[in-house]
Amino acid sequence: MLKLDQVDAGYGRAQVLRSVSLEAKAGEITCLLGRNGAGKTTTLKAIMQVIPLMSGAVYLESSSLSERAAQDVARSGVGYVPQGRRLFGALTVAENLDVGRFTRPQDSMVLEEVFELFPRLRERSQQRANTLSGGEQQMLAMARALCLRPKVVLLDEPTEGLQPSMMEAIRNVTRTLRERGVAVVLVEQRIEAILDLADHAVFLENGQVVETVPGEALRDTPQILARHLGV
Amino acid sequence: MDFGPYLMLATLEGAVTAAVLALTASGLALVFGIMRVVNVAHGEFFMLGAVLAWWVTDLMGATPVLGFAIALVVVPLMVAALATFADMTILKRINYDPERTIVATIGILYILQQVTLMTYGPDARPVTAPFNTRLALPWFERTEDGISLYWPWGLSITSYKLAVIGAAGGVLLGLWAVMKRSRLGLMMRATEQDREMALAFGIPVERIYALVFGMGAGLAALAAVLVVPIQQAHYLMGGDPLLLSFIVVIIGGLGSLPGTVLAALLIGLSDGIISVFFSPTLAKILATLLVAMLLVFRPQGMFGERRL
Repeated sequence: MLKLDQVDAGYGRAQVLRSVSLEAKAGEITCLLGRNGAGKTTTLKAIMQVIPLMSGAVYLESSSLSERAAQDVARSGVGYVPQGRRLFGALTVAENLDVGRFTRPQDSMVLEEVFELFPRLRERSQQRANTLSGGEQQMLAMARALCLRPKVVLLDEPTEGLQPSMMEAIRNVTRTLRERGVAVVLVEQRIEAILDLADHAVFLENGQVVETVPGEALRDTPQILARHLGV
Repeated sequence: MDFGPYLMLATLEGAVTAAVLALTASGLALVFGIMRVVNVAHGEFFMLGAVLAWWVTDLMGATPVLGFAIALVVVPLMVAALATFADMTILKRINYDPERTIVATIGILYILQQVTLMTYGPDARPVTAPFNTRLALPWFERTEDGISLYWPWGLSITSYKLAVIGAAGGVLLGLWAVMKRSRLGLMMRATEQDREMALAFGIPVERIYALVFGMGAGLAALAAVLVVPIQQAHYLMGGDPLLLSFIVVIIGGLGSLPGTVLAALLIGLSDGIISVFFSPTLAKILATLLVAMLLVFRPQGMFGERRL
């Protein structure tokens, strides 16, 4: 579904990613793991084209995303839930969701589907996003991305700062996405949040892919985590 | 004339200033708020609006009403198109870098000013108002029978000036409706909040920027078309609107249109009143001092949000 091929990317002249290659398949959760500063968030930004590639390519279903403008990546079916949520704080819940379905204005059914997944957002639809609780903001960030009806969802630390019950709710939604055939790329610092979710794990160090393992290996071989993350 | 009627007259004159200033400053607030661009050429788009209004009405040679009506529609669109062109050919190419855009818009300022001088000339030229009936204004006095109205000699305003206030109010309401209720307004507000995330959800940010820059200039030009039957069109008339617009946008708060309108009322009314009772220069000095004080105690302005 999603493929990065020898991607170099960075910020201005500062190169962060070096020859990053990875694949995320439909109906699977691919976890990007690594220490702070390894290049996980930069990888997601490179996929979204919000930072330009220095070289290499990103493919979505064999169609190149790298040749498209940043605003066309969403139209292609890539949803993004950034680290820190980055909601449009002064806009209401409903307006944030309207931005989410900006590329599909005719699709009003998706709002009902999103409210079924996150019923609390329906009650808060006229409330400004920056007045929601942390958990509600995370729900809104995910709901906003799902309004695209994405083929691929990029989740950057979706459980950051959340209490356990909310964390479990986010994990359940992630499982639902997998069941619906969406390719999920998940960046997460909390290992316990991804151990039973990951179908594949890609380890990044200094902007390079150092190892790719199946999900079972993460669960069955704790030395892998110790080797790459020191946990 | 007694003080009361004099004050009412000064307030009405100030309201005309406030209306025009609210339109001009709203254009700057849009550009400043959404694009984070300091458009030093904003006053020249205002000047261009006045000069082109004179040119269109002079070209039409028709009755004042028809010529002015055509100018009211055509001139803001012409100035908006020019501004959009400047955005796409200059500002976009320098990636909207904050320091470079200041320099670039200074360049645009001088180009517009000098081209106008070379073509239009140094003279100030009037535009005939489409209608200009003088309306006597009543005041009240205490008599033996109680309070009654009378019409002091010299207490009057033109119907055109009242129309300017109404027109500006209507346009600002329309702008508010576009920003709050339309898909375009949603795109603009999302882009203003977080440019990168707006891109990530498919909003064509560069096209929004081009449109916003054009809209900002168009609003300034519209304000100038409305005011040019009251002030004459002159190639150096852009300086005061630029200064006052920046003062209003800073006082009102970055990115806050309601704040901009309220600040325009405050500055416009005080400018009108102080200009009548003291001098226009003192009015400008006091407005600038007000900005300085606000920057010390409330740097985000009256309605702006403090960004961490």
